[in-house]
Amino acid sequence: MTDLSATENGDLARDLKRAERRRRLTAMMLVAPLFLFLLVSFVLPIGDMLRRSVIDTELAEAWPNAAAAAAAWDRRSDPTEAMYAALGRDLKASAEARTIAVPARRLNYALDNGRSLVLNTGRALKKLDAEPANWRDALIAENPAWGDRMTWVALAAAAGPLTDFYLLTATDLMRDATGSIVSRPAERSLYLQVLGRTFLVSFTVTVLCVLLGFPVSYLVANAPDRIANLLLILVLLPFWTSLLVRSAAWIVLLQDQGIVNDVLRALHITSEPIRLIFNRTGVVIAMTHVLLPFVIMPMIATMKAIPPTYQRAAVSLGAHPAVAFVRVYLPQTVPGVAAGALLVFIMALGYYVTPALVGGADDQMLAYFIAFFTTSSANWGLAAALGVILLSATMLLYLVYARIVGMGRVKLG
Amino acid sequence: MKKKLLFAATILAGAGLFAGTVLAERPLTVVSWGGAYQDAQKAVYFEPFKATGTAMIDESWDGGIGVLRSKVQGGTDSGWDVVQVESEELEIGCDEGMFVELDWDKIGGKDAYMPAAVHDCGVGSIVYNFVLGYDKDKTAEAPGGWADFFDTAKYPGKRALRQGPKTNLEIALIADGVTPADVYGVLATDEGVDRAFKKLDTIKKDLVWWKSGAQPPQLLASGEVVLTSVYNGRIDAANRNDKRNFGIQWNGSLFTLDSWVILKTTPNLDASYAFLDFVGKAENQAKLPEAIAYGVTNKGATALIDPERLSDLPTAPENMANVVQISDKFWIENIDKLTERFNTWAASN
Repeated sequence: MTDLSATENGDLARDLKRAERRRRLTAMMLVAPLFLFLLVSFVLPIGDMLRRSVIDTELAEAWPNAAAAAAAWDRRSDPTEAMYAALGRDLKASAEARTIAVPARRLNYALDNGRSLVLNTGRALKKLDAEPANWRDALIAENPAWGDRMTWVALAAAAGPLTDFYLLTATDLMRDATGSIVSRPAERSLYLQVLGRTFLVSFTVTVLCVLLGFPVSYLVANAPDRIANLLLILVLLPFWTSLLVRSAAWIVLLQDQGIVNDVLRALHITSEPIRLIFNRTGVVIAMTHVLLPFVIMPMIATMKAIPPTYQRAAVSLGAHPAVAFVRVYLPQTVPGVAAGALLVFIMALGYYVTPALVGGADDQMLAYFIAFFTTSSANWGLAAALGVILLSATMLLYLVYARIVGMGRVKLG
Repeated sequence: MKKKLLFAATILAGAGLFAGTVLAERPLTVVSWGGAYQDAQKAVYFEPFKATGTAMIDESWDGGIGVLRSKVQGGTDSGWDVVQVESEELEIGCDEGMFVELDWDKIGGKDAYMPAAVHDCGVGSIVYNFVLGYDKDKTAEAPGGWADFFDTAKYPGKRALRQGPKTNLEIALIADGVTPADVYGVLATDEGVDRAFKKLDTIKKDLVWWKSGAQPPQLLASGEVVLTSVYNGRIDAANRNDKRNFGIQWNGSLFTLDSWVILKTTPNLDASYAFLDFVGKAENQAKLPEAIAYGVTNKGATALIDPERLSDLPTAPENMANVVQISDKFWIENIDKLTERFNTWAASN
């Protein structure tokens, strides 16, 4: 009897488990397309891009022998004739195979005039019929820079397969002739400053968005439906206009001969036009405008869910309405405010079109440089390294933020 | 019976047509920048060339060395033969072996073209300049050159330059008294770069930076700036289409060329040369500037262009008197370094 029931129970458990497994499988099949899409279009490309910040095989692929010789070098002794021979033969072979442009570009990142050094030497070596008796003399005769220790240090650093060159550059650091890490020269120490600027602008825009968005959200959340809907449309209207158009419209409004300055002068508030565009002011104004809906939407959602009875109860118990607002209402809006602020801040970090259009030369944020190195100069290693720096700094900030606000309380909608 | 015959004939004809398209070589494919420019090229180059009996079609692209790289990768035909490229793409692509090294005897010889248009891998198609632009209606006296651009006492107000170091370091040195021909010699030294930035320092607070070629005419039109660096074609377009009265100072301007190249993977090498020869001829080139304000590269074309129109072009002898070609070798090699320097400079006070 007991045996039977045990078997029955076992069967039941097995059936239950099987049904459970089938359900889980169906669920997984349903999310699989989305998961695959994310993997293929998001995780893999980003991973591949980030990989480029530390993996450096370009030079070694074109010049395998020279790269091996440079990597084995102790960086103290003088480069030997064998090293020069390896370099000379690789140079000549790559010039003939037309693969020389890649090592030329790679060396140019680390060496002044590195591109012409490689290309001109390659061109000269291509004309040689026989191997020179002494590769060292032949190369140095072609260009004295080949005798320079720094040239070999740069070669060794580019020999791969891993490199810290790009990540160091992205943090304004470099390796000197002995291989120790030092600061880059002041006139090329740029990226930490740009990173700071990126966070400062994003922070300012976030604060302004919350300050401007809060009353609007309160109004929308508490107004009668007809008015609330109209207000909501006004908030969302900018969403339906292209980002470029919105940014360009600010130029028309804010320029020296623009509407805002004309009005200020007509009212005799200012006599000279004040500078509102092509500087930091313009960037903050335009970005705040563009990002405002992203903070308003979650705040409205949160505020609509707050029952008015709490505040009324506080007032009926004798609290001043202002006190009731600050001590009873405000704390309940935190999830929406926190979510909106986080959304705006993270979106602002990646902004590039708006600062490029309405900012000055010293208002460009990190995304501008990532775009420059990706598309204009094709220095993908440095672009990737800057991406890594921005991503890590953002993650770090997010962790701090999560600690302070408590992520369980953030509500995005 | 009749119906059946007709049916069989149709099938046969269809099969024949199909075989024909598969076996026939594809027509010569020429790729250019699109827009108003390619429309002009169609009228003066492509249609007359087709009339000579070679089959060709034209496509457009937006530039980018990566696009060309993908086209020649693998070494098999990718559908493109002749492409118009910017000067940096010509330089890099030639080094990477993407283009056919030209046999100049097949396209009229090197002597037929202006020297700057002759490159191992490409022949210049158009010349355009980076000039000093101003509004004649608002400027009492025409600026004489870049030195006046830096003279805030003589020309009070804001001035605009292209964002980034390229073209601006050259302009600063020319304003500082370096002759255009010597500019890149001076820029090759650290002292030369320092000197250029020092010169830019003198007007730093009066500068506005533009990012796209359409911006400078707008900045002039709105009165936001009094002087600006600008592509000559944009000034011409503003004067012709928007009835502006903008002026150009050619003295000390910087010029560059776009070039035709033949992709290494072309199956239509002879037709490609025939095309380049056709568009390189003086009498054909002379028709292009009527439509669009670019200079052309055949030395003989200048004499065939209406003198009044010629005065708007970079290739008019008086406009060519004191200019320098933008050095792509210099900028490919130094753009990263000098962009970092430019932005550090911009952020310091």
